[in-house]
Amino acid sequence: MKSSFVVGLMAVALTAPAMAQKKYDPGASDKEIRIGNTNPYSGPASAYGTIGKSITAYFKMLNEQGGINGRRVNFISYDDGYSPPRTVEMARKLVEQDEVLFVFQTLGTPSNTAIHKYMNMKKVPQMHVATGATKWNDPKNHPWTMGWQPNYQSEARAYAQHILKTKPDAKIGVLYQNDDYGKDYLKGFHDGLGAKKSMIVKEVSYEVADPTVDSQIVQLQQSGADVFFNITTPKFAAQAIRKAYDIGWKPVHYLNNVSNSVGSVLTPAGLDKAVGIISSAYLKDATDSKWANDKAIAEWRQFMNKYYPDGNQADVFNVYGYTVAMTIAQVLKQCGDNLTRENVMRQAANLKGYRAETLLPGITISTSGDDFAPIEQVQLERFNGKQWELFGEVMGGR
Amino acid sequence: MSRTNVILLAVLLTAACALPFIVSNYRTFQFTLVLVYAIALLGLNILTGYNGQISLGHGAFYALGAYCAAILMDKMGAPYWVTIPAAGAVCLVAGFLFGLPALRLEGLYLALATFALGVATPQLLKYHHLEKWTGGVQGIVIAKPEAPFGLPVNADQWLYFFTLAVTLGMFLLAWNLLRGRIGRALMAIRDHHLAAESMGVHNALYKSLAFGVSALYTGVAGALGAIAVQFVAPDSFNIFLSIMLLVGIVVGGLASISGALYGALFIQFVPNIADEISKAAPWAIFGIFMIGFVYLMPTGVAGAVRLLLARRRSHEI
Amino acid sequence: MDALLFQVLAGLATGGIYASLALALVMIYQATHLVNFAQGEMAMFTTYLAWSLISAGMPYWAAFVITIALGFALGALIERIVIRPVENAPVLAVVVVFIALLVILNSIAGWIYTYTIKAFPSPFPKEPLFGIRYMSAHELGAIGITLVVLTTLYLFFRYTPLGLAMRAVAQNPQSSRLVGIRVGWMLALGWGLAAAVGAVAGMMVAPIVYLDPNMMGGILLYAFAAALLGGIDSPMGAVIGGFTVGVLENLLGAFVIGNELKLTVALVLIVGVLLVRPSGFFGSVHVSRV
Repeated sequence: MKSSFVVGLMAVALTAPAMAQKKYDPGASDKEIRIGNTNPYSGPASAYGTIGKSITAYFKMLNEQGGINGRRVNFISYDDGYSPPRTVEMARKLVEQDEVLFVFQTLGTPSNTAIHKYMNMKKVPQMHVATGATKWNDPKNHPWTMGWQPNYQSEARAYAQHILKTKPDAKIGVLYQNDDYGKDYLKGFHDGLGAKKSMIVKEVSYEVADPTVDSQIVQLQQSGADVFFNITTPKFAAQAIRKAYDIGWKPVHYLNNVSNSVGSVLTPAGLDKAVGIISSAYLKDATDSKWANDKAIAEWRQFMNKYYPDGNQADVFNVYGYTVAMTIAQVLKQCGDNLTRENVMRQAANLKGYRAETLLPGITISTSGDDFAPIEQVQLERFNGKQWELFGEVMGGR
Repeated sequence: MSRTNVILLAVLLTAACALPFIVSNYRTFQFTLVLVYAIALLGLNILTGYNGQISLGHGAFYALGAYCAAILMDKMGAPYWVTIPAAGAVCLVAGFLFGLPALRLEGLYLALATFALGVATPQLLKYHHLEKWTGGVQGIVIAKPEAPFGLPVNADQWLYFFTLAVTLGMFLLAWNLLRGRIGRALMAIRDHHLAAESMGVHNALYKSLAFGVSALYTGVAGALGAIAVQFVAPDSFNIFLSIMLLVGIVVGGLASISGALYGALFIQFVPNIADEISKAAPWAIFGIFMIGFVYLMPTGVAGAVRLLLARRRSHEI
Repeated sequence: MDALLFQVLAGLATGGIYASLALALVMIYQATHLVNFAQGEMAMFTTYLAWSLISAGMPYWAAFVITIALGFALGALIERIVIRPVENAPVLAVVVVFIALLVILNSIAGWIYTYTIKAFPSPFPKEPLFGIRYMSAHELGAIGITLVVLTTLYLFFRYTPLGLAMRAVAQNPQSSRLVGIRVGWMLALGWGLAAAVGAVAGMMVAPIVYLDPNMMGGILLYAFAAALLGGIDSPMGAVIGGFTVGVLENLLGAFVIGNELKLTVALVLIVGVLLVRPSGFFGSVHVSRV
């Protein structure tokens, strides 16, 4: 509470001089701020589409409450079907035809890679991209691109460090999705183990189109691994947890943050089968009974009920979308009446300990001119059969 | 060609040349993609429409062409215009080789083999032993060519004209190929392969050649597409690309050269329209469009246009 | 040695998944001589209907039976409303309609039920049977159900007049019409039955892979391969093809080429077999008349 007050004060302090003169780039005016977005509403990755929908709902709420500094947010979101050529097309439409002030939360590593160069050439902010790849924090070469969530590599490094500390003689088996997301985690994990990389006794991959990962789990068990790093998306994570339990393989199980939702992964897998799993978090999991009486989660539920009633409240992506939308609202608040692309970028790089209350306690958002990674902190947690128990310190960050 | 057709073509060509000066750069880019798809669809139509061999995996050749262009430009520093014939040549060989075993497969079995090819493509592109060239899951980012000789057009416009020139060349080539002996041989094989054989058509040769030429077209399209989008990655070439190409030739019109253009317009613009109509279920809208087109024009847009023209002509008489 | 056995068992379990959908593909092929690309999505959609019924408190087996009936109705309706108007269109136009159905059903399921995975109940015991840990009771039970469906189909096509009539229609609609078979109704019936078989497949698959709108996407290709490998007009072949594909894929992935390319290599092998034996293991060899 106290920190948000401080942030509020700072926002006032920062916006005060800008009040004097109004400055606008395309997409901003006295009445409106236009923001562009691409999301996969169709195609095999449409599970992520709910992020775009929850952000749309958030701005609807915000506009009803009076917008940002008196301006309505016009959030234009297009379907790219998770296909990079379509993302390029849609990004160009947003920039050249719809003339948005910036694009926000464009989703997917390949899709964002496809427009990375274009956005930086056009000097239109590619703000808070929805991917955990590490390359978005590169203010020197790509000053118009910024990530948001903790990157996959640093999360994987946190697990590696935990393994080195608690089980130095571990034999590690890894299951990963054979794409940019899986390989990014894998790289971070390798880096984290450093010289001890030989602790990994088996690495197996799967494809998104595979029906099950049963064969892979059996392979990992047969390798004699006693630690299991599970880099999978929700459906495969649930399958892996269940299969490992069913065949009697009981490794120390590390599960990536992508799939640690109690409601949409652990419950389908079977809560009793998930006991002891270690993961990490930066958001509050609305399906975790621990947060049942949390104020921020209650507010989020009200928001869902009123502005996104079709949305699934067991889906962690809806908390994600809500939280990231809060972050950009804060950036725009800080911009005041100076709504140029340059200032949007400058204010986005000027978040000092901003706290969205749906983040875990102790985790804050901070950026600077040479740090384009808003959330860098995660905390390890262990599942006790009912809820996640946080343990250890908040890791990462400064 | 009749006189009206020549006039029509000239009008169309003039309009195509004027287009980038009328519409925005973004639209120009979209129409560049339409031309790219038109070439790919023409390629698939040679195989499926004219020769009757179903391919559910032409995205593989599109991907091959795209990667040829990207690797040549990014890793070897080749100029963009060199990559077009190179991609075509590579795909011609690849298509011909794939066509050889495919000779033994008919109908459904060929559909399975090509479907498998389409599904396997992203996996092959990600394969770690090829990563040095393909960039693995990260793909390759390539630079956009600028207009040469100080022409007063911007990069988008230049690429549009370049693509237009290639498209015209490819269409002219196809037209020459298909209206003559080769085209008749292909269609004879499609309609009755035994009869064709007994009339002295070398079935095996023609069928694998059809595969090769078809792949060449699709590969050239892939290379142009990669240059236009400035990026290749395994995710760009999943099975839906292959399926969209098939949808394109059916909606545009099987065994019709102009059909390729109609089909390209369909697969480029209809998904955008669907997205405008409904964010909740854009695919459902897109599917309804597909069914609607097939209902109203079972022989494709080209077939419907033909029918309309024939009807008007009979009225005039 | 253990490793080999475990992979074979896991392969049989996934093979059962392929087999059950392959049966639906064979069924529709028997009735219409077409392969329906939307078969998997139809199965997925009916499984969601079953999920709704069970969530509303209906006992499993009641929901099971009602879902099969709903599946039948859905299939027959789709035939009458969507397929009938393109009856005389070129084959590829029909294929496009299948693709359209696929995307429509996928999109609508995602819209109604969202994309988060759902656990689907199994009617079989939770504990593994006979102490075999590498195949769950559900996986064994699902294989049993698949075999029951297989036997039913076999008997139906072999011994009932209706089954014979359906096969006749698929083979030669004109002649069938001349001998007094109502071709239109036979086609609708074929679609209905295929969708009903698909509904069973969906309810057996969902507890293993979890229920989501893309549940059948990956499975369809394998089922297609399995059906062709076994012989597209043989229900028996479809089931054996399914198990073969499942085991082959696992063994290749685990011991030969690694997981990265197992799909590709498995498909190349299947196509290779088809090159040598174009009608599959059990398919009837067709001789065309000139």
